[in-house]
Amino acid sequence: MTNPNGRFGIHGGQYIPETLMNAVIELEEAYNHYKNAPEFNRELEELFNEYAGRPSRLYYAEKMTEDLGGAKIYLKREDLNHTGAHKINNVLGQALLAKKMGKTRLIAETGAGQHGVATATAAALMGMECVVFMGEEDTNRQALNVYRMRLLGAEVIPVKTGTATLKDAVSEAMREWTSRISDTHYCLGSVMGPHPFPTIVRDFQAVISKEIKEQIMQKEGRLPDAVVACVGGGSNAIGSFYHFIEDEGVRLIGCEAAGKGIDSFETAATVNTGRVGIFHGMKSYFCQDEYGQIAPVYSISAGLDYPGVGPEHAYLHDIGRAEYVPVTDEEAVNAFEYLARTEGIIPAIESAHAVAHAMKIAPEMGRDQIIVITVSGRGDKDCAAIARYRGEDIYE
Amino acid sequence: MSNIGKAFENGKAFIPFITCGDPDLETTAAVVRAAAANGADLIELGIPFSDPTAEGPVIQGANLRALNGGVTTDKIFDLVRDLRRDVEVPMVFMTYANVVFSYGSERFISTCREIGIDGLILPDVPYEEKEEFLPICRRYGVDLISLIAPTSEDRIAMIAREAEGFLYIVSSLGVTGVRSEIKTDLGAIVETVRQNTDIPCAIGFGISTPEQAAKMAGISDGAIVGSAIVRLIGEHGKDAPEYVGEYVKRMKEALG
Repeated sequence: MTNPNGRFGIHGGQYIPETLMNAVIELEEAYNHYKNAPEFNRELEELFNEYAGRPSRLYYAEKMTEDLGGAKIYLKREDLNHTGAHKINNVLGQALLAKKMGKTRLIAETGAGQHGVATATAAALMGMECVVFMGEEDTNRQALNVYRMRLLGAEVIPVKTGTATLKDAVSEAMREWTSRISDTHYCLGSVMGPHPFPTIVRDFQAVISKEIKEQIMQKEGRLPDAVVACVGGGSNAIGSFYHFIEDEGVRLIGCEAAGKGIDSFETAATVNTGRVGIFHGMKSYFCQDEYGQIAPVYSISAGLDYPGVGPEHAYLHDIGRAEYVPVTDEEAVNAFEYLARTEGIIPAIESAHAVAHAMKIAPEMGRDQIIVITVSGRGDKDCAAIARYRGEDIYE
Repeated sequence: MSNIGKAFENGKAFIPFITCGDPDLETTAAVVRAAAANGADLIELGIPFSDPTAEGPVIQGANLRALNGGVTTDKIFDLVRDLRRDVEVPMVFMTYANVVFSYGSERFISTCREIGIDGLILPDVPYEEKEEFLPICRRYGVDLISLIAPTSEDRIAMIAREAEGFLYIVSSLGVTGVRSEIKTDLGAIVETVRQNTDIPCAIGFGISTPEQAAKMAGISDGAIVGSAIVRLIGEHGKDAPEYVGEYVKRMKEALG
């Protein structure tokens, strides 16, 4: 899907300071060298299988299917991965690549803390130094993950600039990278930023759709009718979609965080409310005002609270290959509680956005149809926030 | 071809950077006039951006103050129209790609031409992406300024050969901000630049004292100072024009 300049249609590119250009060129060259190297792939597969616990299960949600009375629902259980989310797939790939490149230090941004925890984990495993930038607002929302990162030996730097959330953490990580490049790899957590990151992260996350395809063929002998995943930057979604892009009969549905609704100012639904712009190294859709100032976005989910979307998603939207739908806080919280009660699975509040949309479309579909929902992470980290949303204060 | 060449005809060039609208546009206008009157050869006007990823804390703060004060691209265009009634020194805008792109690149750059802006510095547009804006800049005679960084190495010749207006040499790794010491081997960078282009080059990032400015201008054709001036404006607010004027005078004198 990527052309040589890292473009997906009009989107993508490398809109970054000159200071970083040789770093991304070096990264691209290293990646192109290692991505087809048998030794690298053997090591990565071993990390995936022995350390992260892959392949993740494709679980038939029978009770949910019966309750909704429509399409058969399968859950891709990325929540069962080591560290509790899909983020580990990308991080193990990038950390291994960085190590091969001779880097000794990983820096990362994090929103909900899942990517930060995954990066801290990989750094601990591979004996690398780790610094994680996290919006101060998010360090409060996700205090448990801050502790986990520190426990794993990472330094967590609260970012106080701007809205003190994910976008500011990305900006600060980029600033840090421009000041220290030679020993440092920026382990970007989603399919965003300058080329080659959207391609590298997508390739490492594509293991999700590769497994779904094999597993559904084994269980059902056919492809699903729809694959549903949540989209912030969009890494679990592109991972879930990638091997199905060629299968025109499979609907690809990305669920954006609508916050308090796409008609309100408190939303993070980029494709639904944004315009094409240039930010954080890429051309894509962004929530912004008429003068191109990036808008403060809002979602109950710290992981989807980002004003942009990965350039490949922007392209899939432009060509009509994937649909991007808004899901509100309220719908996501209902789905969070529903999945817990119905299947005994507590999803991340991010993933609950995908569950919520599947709950809307499943009853309208036939019983002979199949939906795969990617449960991108587990919801332990969200319990306190959801309790608060429901008016109950709990202490961890 | 813009007027930028004129900035380098009066000895070594002193190039101050000012964030428009910090603390308000009236003060910006007075600061620009004070800088011009005291020997600034070229003035960089910053159009604030919500998320300035190449800036350190000082200029980030100025961006935020200006935006909170309600400054917009259109109001800054009006400011320049007013300044151009009496200010003759070359002026360039320094902002981020999205500010230009979202306004409509053609509409933005044609307005630059109309109001007398000579060039455009976009720190998040490297050589590989300049086609996004360069054809339009050429059409309207606005120079798209190229940057060279300490990490550019084998890219210096390529960038210098196609550069227009002047070359902005970034002195150090990292973001904008005052530094006590500049360690990059800038002499070697400038030498490579000279081998590949005749256009002037100026050094910026981290310069605050007259001694640093003299040293940097000694290696190149001029010195660019941002954070030190923005900090003065932050400290003195509406009274800043006087202080900035004195500072510019001292710096220009140091360049000899």
